[in-house]
Amino acid sequence: MQSILEQVGIGNYIILSALLFCIGAFGILYRRNAIIMFMSIEIMLNAVNLLLVAFSTYHQDASGQVFVFFTMAVAAAEVAVGLAILVSIYRNIGNIDIDNLKNLKG
Amino acid sequence: MNTTSLIVLLFAPLIGFLINVFFGRKMSKNLSGVVGTASVLLSFVITLLLFFSVKQPITLHLSEWFSIGKLAVNFDFVFDQLSILWLLFVTGIGTLIHIYSISYMHDDENMYKFFAYLNLFIFFMITLVAGSNLLIMFIGWEGVGLCSYLLIGFWYKNQDYNDAAKKAFIMNRIGDLGFLIGIFILGFATNTLEFSGIQQAIDVDGVVSTSGWYSIAAFCLFVGACGKSAQLPLYTWLPDAMAGPTPVSALIHAATMVTAGIFMITRMNFLFDIAPIVQNIIAVVGVTTALVAASIGLVQNDIKKVLAYSTVSQLGLMFLALGLGAYQVAVFHVITHAFFKACLFLGSGSVIHALHGEQDMRKMGGLRGSMKITYITFLIATLAIAGLPPFAGFWSKDEILLTAFHENKVLWVLATIASIMTAFYMFRLLYLTFFNEFRGTEEQKKHLHESPSLITFPLIVLAVLSALGGLISLPFGNSWLNHYLMPIFAHKEHAEHHLGATEYGLMAFAVLGALIGIGIAYNLYMKKKEVPTSDEVQGLHKVLSNKYYIDEIYMAIIVTPIYGLASFSKNFIEKYISKSVFGLGNVVSVLSIQGKKVQNGNVGFYLFAFVFSISAFLIYLFLIR
Repeated sequence: MQSILEQVGIGNYIILSALLFCIGAFGILYRRNAIIMFMSIEIMLNAVNLLLVAFSTYHQDASGQVFVFFTMAVAAAEVAVGLAILVSIYRNIGNIDIDNLKNLKG
Repeated sequence: MNTTSLIVLLFAPLIGFLINVFFGRKMSKNLSGVVGTASVLLSFVITLLLFFSVKQPITLHLSEWFSIGKLAVNFDFVFDQLSILWLLFVTGIGTLIHIYSISYMHDDENMYKFFAYLNLFIFFMITLVAGSNLLIMFIGWEGVGLCSYLLIGFWYKNQDYNDAAKKAFIMNRIGDLGFLIGIFILGFATNTLEFSGIQQAIDVDGVVSTSGWYSIAAFCLFVGACGKSAQLPLYTWLPDAMAGPTPVSALIHAATMVTAGIFMITRMNFLFDIAPIVQNIIAVVGVTTALVAASIGLVQNDIKKVLAYSTVSQLGLMFLALGLGAYQVAVFHVITHAFFKACLFLGSGSVIHALHGEQDMRKMGGLRGSMKITYITFLIATLAIAGLPPFAGFWSKDEILLTAFHENKVLWVLATIASIMTAFYMFRLLYLTFFNEFRGTEEQKKHLHESPSLITFPLIVLAVLSALGGLISLPFGNSWLNHYLMPIFAHKEHAEHHLGATEYGLMAFAVLGALIGIGIAYNLYMKKKEVPTSDEVQGLHKVLSNKYYIDEIYMAIIVTPIYGLASFSKNFIEKYISKSVFGLGNVVSVLSIQGKKVQNGNVGFYLFAFVFSISAFLIYLFLIR
């Protein structure tokens, strides 16, 4: 039985994750709401994950998939911390628009 | 002698110093004086015991210091005949002067500090004398220089005194540099700094192989001795050092510290013996110093200045003896000089004390009546320094003259002239101070009194020693001192002068010379009752009054050019350096002011910069390159 990878082709996977990554990047640059920026970051992260899995299958090497598990676990922890920071920002200044966060101006 | 007592001997003065430094402020004045005196007395007692029990040199090993390659230096001390002899009079006279100071410094608010410094001085002096290698000696050497500085500037509120202290320190530094270079050369040439090691190395190498190095080393050590023992051309600090309290002048600047140079040369006698050129230099410098200082002493009016110049002059005579290779004669004169000069200084201190700080002899006179003990002790010491038998100074000075006569007639003539001058200015001092009418104010005259017994006791002891000190080395054969010091100069045959008609004739001549000097002084200051009046003097007298303008010459040829160089550096070089440094600083500060604008606190902007830069980087990597 042909694997799904052979049916679709590695090239398409690469293009898809590149697109996903660019979407994430543009989201970060364009949106001002911190939660949405967070979501954009997650999209970028998952684009990379997708690529890792695709190449892992392509090379018949499981270590890429193992990596993805690690990345997910770390990302989950990161999100937890990040959201906690956002909550505390909200409590302090009443919104989470990053344009209001200029206290670190040099 | 066991090790403990040797350690006590070494460190008792240091402990006295520590007690006085840390608790002196809270103690009563008498207590701090007693602590200071007791610690030195303890050292003296142990030294006495050592003196009677030791036949062989003892070494005391405290700890290792460092070792580089073959060169190892330890904290070792050696107690042999030479160091014990020196320790005896350092701690002995030190004790007497401590006792004296209890009374003399009683009105000073910083009395505890004074005793702390004196104790520290004694400690360093013991280190200098007992050290068994050149570096330990150097520690003591520097330490006594420091204490000398502290004590000259003891009355630090007077700027002149501070200047005198600095002058002494700087002059000594010049000599110390020579000493240090000498140590380096010896360490390089012999791979050891121990005295015994150097002696062995020299015995092995002999005069042939590296004697060039040895001569240079000997010369460098002599430069060090010149600084410490106030010889030409580095003597000018000693007269200025009289700014310190009088007990300090007696202890440091007459009896002990200034003889360190003679001690060092005597200690290194095996080195100087193979450097005859340096020995000649020492003899010439010594006799020149004796002559120059004595001639300046002729016209000084400050009682302590006269004594200071006479100290320089006597040190010159000792150097003459050293240069002629007669080390035991130099040591003999060091000891007798310590007795009578300490006595003279303490006596002058007693006079100054009675006159409430007056040091000008023109305002003294007639003190014979009111200060009997001071007068008699002063008279004995004066007779001793003038070289009249049977007082101590006669025997030692006569031996120097005798040696000079046998070695070189010119040196003998010069030294004889110097000692005639000595007799003259010492009796001038005596007559002006103690005879005729009192020339001070009525107020002072009312308060004239003999000093308390704490002051007169050391005077009496020292006067007795000045009178009898000659007994340790009478010239009639079997001199005790020569015999005692034999192990130190073991390697050379002992030439005791055979007393013939010439020698007795020379003695008579020396006494006659002294009497001539005294006679001139008597004629001028007793018969004609002259008082050196104004400062407007002419001719040679003016040159002498101004000390041959040596301070002015040093000022012109050394100090002024250095000041010139300093102001050039300050006004030109430093200006450009500071401009360039400030320029660099300005560039950085402008850059950072501009760079600061990038950090505007806008997270969006940061992210944009981040993404943009990464993209640019990737584009460069993958597409352009």
